[in-house]
Amino acid sequence: MKQIVKGLLLLATVLVFVLIYFPIVVIALMSVNASSTGQTFTYFSFVWYGEIANNTLLLRAIGTTLFVAIISTTIATVVGTFVAIGINSLKRNQRLNMMVLNNVPVVNPDIVTGISLMVVFGLLPISFGINTMLIAHVFFSIPFVVLSVLPKLKELDKDLFDAAQDLGCTSLQAVVKVIVPAIKTGIITGALIAFTMSIDDFVISYFTTGSGVQNVSLWIYARLGRRNFSPAVYAYNTIVTVVTIVILLRLNYYSIKKKMRRLNQ
Amino acid sequence: MSDILKIDHVTKSFDDKVVLNNISLTIKHNEFVTLLGPSGCGKTTLLRLIGGFETLDQGHIYFEDEDVLNIPPNKRKVNTVFQHYALFPHLNVFDNIAFGLKLKKQPKEEINKAVMNMLMLVKLEGYEWRNVDTLSGGQKQRVAIARALVNQPNLLLLDEPLGALDLKLRQDMQYELKEMQRRLGITFIFVTHDQEEALTMSDRVVVMNEGLIQQVGSPQDIYNEPINQFSASFIGESNIIDGVMVTDYEVVFEGISHPCVDHGFENNEKVDVVIRPEDIVLIKPDQQMIQGVVTDIIFKGVHYEICVMVNDKEYVIHSTRAKHIGDKVSLKFGPNDIHIMRKSDA
Repeated sequence: MKQIVKGLLLLATVLVFVLIYFPIVVIALMSVNASSTGQTFTYFSFVWYGEIANNTLLLRAIGTTLFVAIISTTIATVVGTFVAIGINSLKRNQRLNMMVLNNVPVVNPDIVTGISLMVVFGLLPISFGINTMLIAHVFFSIPFVVLSVLPKLKELDKDLFDAAQDLGCTSLQAVVKVIVPAIKTGIITGALIAFTMSIDDFVISYFTTGSGVQNVSLWIYARLGRRNFSPAVYAYNTIVTVVTIVILLRLNYYSIKKKMRRLNQ
Repeated sequence: MSDILKIDHVTKSFDDKVVLNNISLTIKHNEFVTLLGPSGCGKTTLLRLIGGFETLDQGHIYFEDEDVLNIPPNKRKVNTVFQHYALFPHLNVFDNIAFGLKLKKQPKEEINKAVMNMLMLVKLEGYEWRNVDTLSGGQKQRVAIARALVNQPNLLLLDEPLGALDLKLRQDMQYELKEMQRRLGITFIFVTHDQEEALTMSDRVVVMNEGLIQQVGSPQDIYNEPINQFSASFIGESNIIDGVMVTDYEVVFEGISHPCVDHGFENNEKVDVVIRPEDIVLIKPDQQMIQGVVTDIIFKGVHYEICVMVNDKEYVIHSTRAKHIGDKVSLKFGPNDIHIMRKSDA
């Protein structure tokens, strides 16, 4: 009986992972399929990977995506870290209030965030385009950075800041030389989350862009309607998946190595 | 000896709660002073005021005759050993200790030499490249002390630094700290709630309670001549008995008149009588002395702790000889064993 239950559970687990990874595998297969319609598998080829380089519109979209992601992540990480340090130094009640304020944008549906940002930008004397998209991305990334930095701050010895000052730091030096390095892992996690959120955002970008500026998700959406969908998109998606897997493996490798080193000492 | 620190009528409140109430205290060069009191008595707040981590509401603090009111912590010639060590988790042992010197931009060779000297002082040679979170509590403690001392402060503040260590290690560290202080000639201000620690290490003990200094004196003074009920009960165990000072050198308690060495009270003034548990000897019942019945006996290693019931009041006695529960006994003590205190709120 126990054996059967165990077997069923294992089967369910395998099934779930197959379902999750099936579409990714399909996209990977399509990306090496020479057929331009994707109805049948004609023959194996890397032609669509080469096509990315030739498709200037797709290249421009990738450029926009990366530009917005890198700049917004940088700004959100710096601002979010300082906000987290500020929130952490508040008294308990105030801190809880600030956390509610921080969490509302996180759980708020993107469509609400997107439309409200569009309305606000409309009231301001700025034209829609890459600037507005960038501001929107910074805006929705900050709360995620705060969320991943705060737990690290809470783990710190509460006297750490005072200790830094005691040994000769000004308060700014104490933050830069002691607090920030001590919460480094939280900051990196926050930056990675912000970066991913920015790269795959569609809804908020849709409402806050303008004058023909498109990131990859907007560009794909525009193609879909017009039936001139290039399989180069599959190639792009596969590259993104591979890069993600490589980053994850490296991070795991480092944390395992660190643990081993600690055990050895 | 001149004064290194003068605390002059300092008051500090948090959210309308007075934590320090008009405190004055002077500390001499090379002194080992302990601030002793229960948690919440204001001892840590006083230490943080001296370190510059809190601002005071009223009063002044003079460090080497200079008012430090507007001097930030990083400019004070004072270093602190924090309660939970507050080591920098991203730096190894060497870099933790070198932190202060690197900020002062001292030459590399000098930093190396100073750090190695410190590691020798705290007996952690060979640990310089270790990650601080792989150290034991006692080792972290030593790194924290080295990190503070390497800056050659004139005054070292220690906030319950031995609190997280186990008993044996704590006793070793007490001895080592005292040794270090004597050798380096640095003034130490040590905060603790452990009376034994205070008595063992200090030149002077400052007993604090509810934001007030209760008593200042040498460990012997504090132990033998507690000034009030709080001091007597907080420092060591003691029997505190209601009594009446009939006249100089004579006190009546438990219905019996006892000769004593105290004087200067009014005739028939109501007083508190203190007798330390180790000063009472249990003898066979005697009409002339206080009599009671043994109600409890606990083996404590060096001695037995024996509870004796006398007229509904329990006396604690430390004795190396065991008794049995139910034994009838008398309490014997000499005039020198009796210490008389004025009633606290009379």
